[in-house]
Amino acid sequence: MAGGAASGGSVAADTYAKARHWLLAPSWLVLGFFVFAPVCVMLIYSFLTKEFRGGVIWEFSLAAYDQFFFDRGLFGDAEPTLQWTYISVFWRSIWQAGLATILSLLIGFPTAYYIATRPEGSRAFWVFLVTIPYWVNLLIRTVSMKFLLRDEGPLNELLINIGLIGDPLHIINTNLAVQLGLFYSYLPFMVLPIYASIERYNFTMSEAAADLYATKWTTLRRIILPAVKPGVIAGCILVFVPSLGAFLAPDLLGGAKNFMIGSLIEEQFKGNAGNWPFGAAASMVLLTMVMIILLIFARQQRRAEAQS
Amino acid sequence: MLDHVEIAVDVRSAVKRYGDFTALKKISLSIQDNEFFTLLGPSGCGKTTLLRMIAGFEDVTEGGIMLFGDKIETLPPHKRPVNTVFQNYALFPHMSVLDNVGFGLEMLGKSVPEARKRAAEMLELVQLSQFAQRKPAQLSGGQQQRVALARALAPSPKVLLLDEPLSALDMKLRKAMQIELKHIQRETGITFIFVTHDQEEALTMSDRIAVMSAGALQQLGAPREIYEHPRNMFVADFIGDTNLLEVSVDKIVEGRAYCQLGGNHTLTCNAVDDVGVGAKVHLSVRPERLILSEQATQAESLKGTVVENIFIGTDITTIVNLDDGPQFTVRTSNSDRGTKRLIAPGSPAFVNMETGAARLLVD
Repeated sequence: MAGGAASGGSVAADTYAKARHWLLAPSWLVLGFFVFAPVCVMLIYSFLTKEFRGGVIWEFSLAAYDQFFFDRGLFGDAEPTLQWTYISVFWRSIWQAGLATILSLLIGFPTAYYIATRPEGSRAFWVFLVTIPYWVNLLIRTVSMKFLLRDEGPLNELLINIGLIGDPLHIINTNLAVQLGLFYSYLPFMVLPIYASIERYNFTMSEAAADLYATKWTTLRRIILPAVKPGVIAGCILVFVPSLGAFLAPDLLGGAKNFMIGSLIEEQFKGNAGNWPFGAAASMVLLTMVMIILLIFARQQRRAEAQS
Repeated sequence: MLDHVEIAVDVRSAVKRYGDFTALKKISLSIQDNEFFTLLGPSGCGKTTLLRMIAGFEDVTEGGIMLFGDKIETLPPHKRPVNTVFQNYALFPHMSVLDNVGFGLEMLGKSVPEARKRAAEMLELVQLSQFAQRKPAQLSGGQQQRVALARALAPSPKVLLLDEPLSALDMKLRKAMQIELKHIQRETGITFIFVTHDQEEALTMSDRIAVMSAGALQQLGAPREIYEHPRNMFVADFIGDTNLLEVSVDKIVEGRAYCQLGGNHTLTCNAVDDVGVGAKVHLSVRPERLILSEQATQAESLKGTVVENIFIGTDITTIVNLDDGPQFTVRTSNSDRGTKRLIAPGSPAFVNMETGAARLLVD
């Protein structure tokens, strides 16, 4: 009887498996059309020759990558040396994104914890508050931030009025301004996944830890953090990856000197001055970097899990 | 007599209020050292609240709690030398069984190897040594329960608090664990405070039971005392099965109360202090202390008709309607002695009482 039920089940399972493939089809179509295809186009463009007024000439060339990594002098005939200009833009992007991630985590975790420990009825309200900024376009919010941070803007006025500083702080057009912009833009992406995992956390475990003589700090470190780690990792990825490729905050708040890889790419496709193959090549380098970082992360996760 | 008995936990007029709701109404009780003490009551009676107040998870609104003479009601949980076995075990899922059990010792400042050594001993006590390296999720419910017990015992608490720890187990396992818990309590000599809503469990395991209802202490005593001499209606009804009969007291002669059951049936029982002549009160008789017969065997045999015989395994329950009077439930053990005397439904029968079986209750 058990055998009959099992074989009957497997026929049904087959039918369901087929149906499931079809259910997935729309997602695959969207992903293929809007993610895979554009990435392929970028990959191809990065190996083509640039057209001076934007666009490409269909001729194979490594010039874009060469320009990214090597300096061949003003006339292109010197010994090739490593080109630091773009690599340093990359480096700046990585640490800005990294710092934004750490800041978001430091502010986002307590926020998420606070929301998750409210009475059940009021949590939805707090989550709603967190999402309010998304009702306004990011561009508008970033411009307002520029206004707030100006030398004669409200922030400096306030600080001067309460006597904390004598002269206005020059925040705008600095790395700090970019950092504030990134942090502000992506903070909710940190709060929401952490909130979701803390909400599932069984708080009796915190009581058990306290009962077993653990202080609040030890309980956080040894019991709560390991339990909500998936949410923390998701939040970090959701903040780090878009921060790395961000261009609005660096463009509007950082000025000419502090731009990041996102702005560099954006420049290449704007107006007539752009260099499409170079923009495409920079995108491919960025994509590769993100993939490598995520792979290292995933691998360490797997190793840590295998160990324990 | 109690001079040399040390008091482990002394709850002094403890009150717990949540806003307007009073969860505990001035509870005072003393739990002796080395005792298996049970807080018994239906859900919402305040027993878990009281346990959590002793553990430190709930503030005491008024009153105090002493642990071996020390005031503890203002200490945070991690500074109270008591440990808890939680209802859902609350094991740490990312730690091995061994590290779960060693956690408390580690927090007390023991080195990791030292904590592990003691943890291994505790696992031996609960017979789980071979699972030391597993994660809690890889164990069955019963095994997780033992891990929780070992974890709470490992730091040698002065008092062990157990919050309905057996309620998630199936019947067989629960019975086995009841006996094991009792053994472990004897072996370790640690005072156990056990919370349960299961009266049978409480009777099986406890040295003393505090019966609670609606945030108040109803009766405190040894299992036998509570079962045989329930102080009020609630206790009589909650502990075991009983026949609760409305009676009026006709007269009291030489310490015996003559009670009117209705339908011209009367029976006598020991008078109690708070019940005088003319009082309308309740009377409790346990079904197993009643004997059915086809002929009247006592002066006080109550005449009625058998309604139904219900087979319940070890016993047979017979329902008898007294002529123009109340209904009685009589329990007879399912043995040759008992079943041979079964009276068919519809036949007349007499209900006879063992001496001292009927008990007047203060409401």
